[in-house]
Amino acid sequence: MSRDIYVVVEHREGLVEDISFVGLAAARAMAEGIGGEVVAVVLGDGRLIEGLAADRAIVVEDPALSEYNPEAYVAALEAILADELPRALLAGDTSVGAEVAGLLSARLDLPLVNRCVGVRAEGETLGFTAQICGGKILVDGLLPEPTVLVTVVPGGFAVEEGKSETAPSAQTGPRPTLDELRVRVRGHIEPDVGDVDISRESVLIGVGRGIQQEDTVELADELAGALGGAVCASRPVVDQGWLPTSRLVGKSGRRVKPSVYLALGISGAPEHVEGMADSGLIVAVNTDPTAPIYDVAQYGIEMDINDLLPTLLERVQEAKG
Amino acid sequence: MKIAVVMKLVPDLVEELEIDEEKARLDTTWLRLVANEPDEHALEQALLLKEQLDAEVIVLGMDGDGMDDLLVTAAAKGADRIIKLTGADGDTLNNHAVARLLEPAIRELGADLVMTGVQAHDDLDGAVGPLLAGLLGWPCVSYVSGVVLEGAGCDVRKEFPGGLVVEMEVDLPAVLGIQSAPQPPRYVAVSRVRQVMKTTEVEEHPVGAVDDRGAAEVQALRRPSVGERASMLEGDEREAADQLVAILQKAGVL
Ligand SMILES: Cc1cc2nc3c(=O)[nH]c(=O)nc-3n(C[C@H](O)[C@H](O)[C@H](O)COP(=O)(O)OP(=O)(O)OC[C@H]3O[C@@H](n4cnc5c(N)ncnc54)[C@H](O)[C@@H]3O)c2cc1C
Ligand SMILES: Nc1ncnc2c1ncn2[C@@H]1O[C@H](COP(=O)(O)O)[C@@H](O)[C@H]1O
Repeated sequence: MSRDIYVVVEHREGLVEDISFVGLAAARAMAEGIGGEVVAVVLGDGRLIEGLAADRAIVVEDPALSEYNPEAYVAALEAILADELPRALLAGDTSVGAEVAGLLSARLDLPLVNRCVGVRAEGETLGFTAQICGGKILVDGLLPEPTVLVTVVPGGFAVEEGKSETAPSAQTGPRPTLDELRVRVRGHIEPDVGDVDISRESVLIGVGRGIQQEDTVELADELAGALGGAVCASRPVVDQGWLPTSRLVGKSGRRVKPSVYLALGISGAPEHVEGMADSGLIVAVNTDPTAPIYDVAQYGIEMDINDLLPTLLERVQEAKG
Repeated sequence: MKIAVVMKLVPDLVEELEIDEEKARLDTTWLRLVANEPDEHALEQALLLKEQLDAEVIVLGMDGDGMDDLLVTAAAKGADRIIKLTGADGDTLNNHAVARLLEPAIRELGADLVMTGVQAHDDLDGAVGPLLAGLLGWPCVSYVSGVVLEGAGCDVRKEFPGGLVVEMEVDLPAVLGIQSAPQPPRYVAVSRVRQVMKTTEVEEHPVGAVDDRGAAEVQALRRPSVGERASMLEGDEREAADQLVAILQKAGVL
């Protein structure tokens, strides 16, 4: 067992995901505390080590790793961990990291802590803070020894802290045989083209479950039109089929950064907030005064959307003249 | 084709959550539990597959508060069998323990496909789906929003951030973590649930010893310190709308 902290670098289409920089920043805080190194684990494309704030990198290149495949990733990581067990292996709490960490935990009998938003070193001991119940509760605990798997969520560490001007030194990791995988990638379905690209809009009207009926989407759309923007949505609205997936904001949707984001009937779950927290001005309309969306919004209106929306649309149209 | 769906209840986030005196867990006195939303999608996806093929849908849950109602509701929606794993306190188990209890049960059922919800908002030691797959030695694809079964093959759509969806082919048996079904979970009337409650038996399946290794030691639960909250616009809808218009004008979008 070493004192090193490994970070699985998640990437797509030649770009490292922000959550991996968050992971590298968290790893630095841990490694500094216990006197270990930060090790970036890059599967598939060694060129991606450029700009990672790590002391060294383990790279495994194989055609089967060129894009994410759970079977190939797990096999490659198992081989790396068979060489040496680090103090911790970090990954994003994402559709890649959560899957891989769970599989590795069960297969290698290693403990797992997910949803980590903070880590700290107290002497030789490493502590964590995890975020549960939609961010309403924080859990403090100790990271199990000697080796633990950790998945991190955004919010605790800045993306910039995980970046560097230079590249870490790279070593080639073990390359297991990766044929006869039980999962095979068939193809990509890109987000619908032709529809609005919400990440380019400067005004977004976000609609959530609180709009209650499909008709309200139309009203919101009219308001968006009057403001020269577009409507976007939280997951339940998209699952309901009221708006296409291309309009989804959050963890599994788009990241948006408009000058104005008006959230209508959105509670402010972390999975939604991670997609819109960087907006210039956030205004929320929600009947629940304790809704977490009011933690990220600058202005709030505690009111039924159905009461407010028609009047608001009228006033906006009047103001435009 | 046997499809097993595992379901759980989670604290309703609409309600105020209280922490118990030892700060070790949520205070359950007033806790309102609801079905984990992705589990409803997992069930919906299984029922859609049942309608397309000759599949048997078996729903499993750990014995605990509200589980009977959840299972009977699943039966009312069309599940063929509903099974409660008994003998362990389902309300206090961590996910490693749950996965270890589910593993032999799934093998015994002879399931070809297991569907879990992608994630629950209260897990701390990983989602059950990948843990269970790792124990079973089966492949696992999670964050799935669409499953097609054809012959021996299983095609799934896996979601990635940014709205990218990747189609993957998975060998069975497998475990899938369902994010959403292709259509909203079906609704079933309470009267129908009551009816089914009279005619359908919740099967009880006793489990062996609990092994909960694999999770971290929890020191304390606490509430996040609130930063600056939004300043609230007061008044009726006209006054609020006028203030908002002024804010939008100041922000230069109107
Ligand atoms: C792996 C994973 C990935 C996810 N990815 C995403 C994602 O990318 N994007 C996303 O959005 N979610 C995502 N989610 C779901 C997320 O956890 C939340 O469930 C979701 O964001 C909640 O949506 P909501 O705020 O619209 O609904 P709710 O949480 O149900 O909130 C509705 C709100 O409306 C308010 N309301 C009700 N009626 C009215 C009214 N008449 N007027 C005004 N307000 C009213 C209520 O007070 C409440 O706050 C993901 C979940 C998981 C597990
Ligand atoms: N105690 C449990 N009983 C049954 N299924 C569970 C349990 N815990 C988790 N699951 C399943 O695993 C999914 C993900 O929840 P979690 O693993 O808690 O993130 C849930 O949606 C369920 O399908």
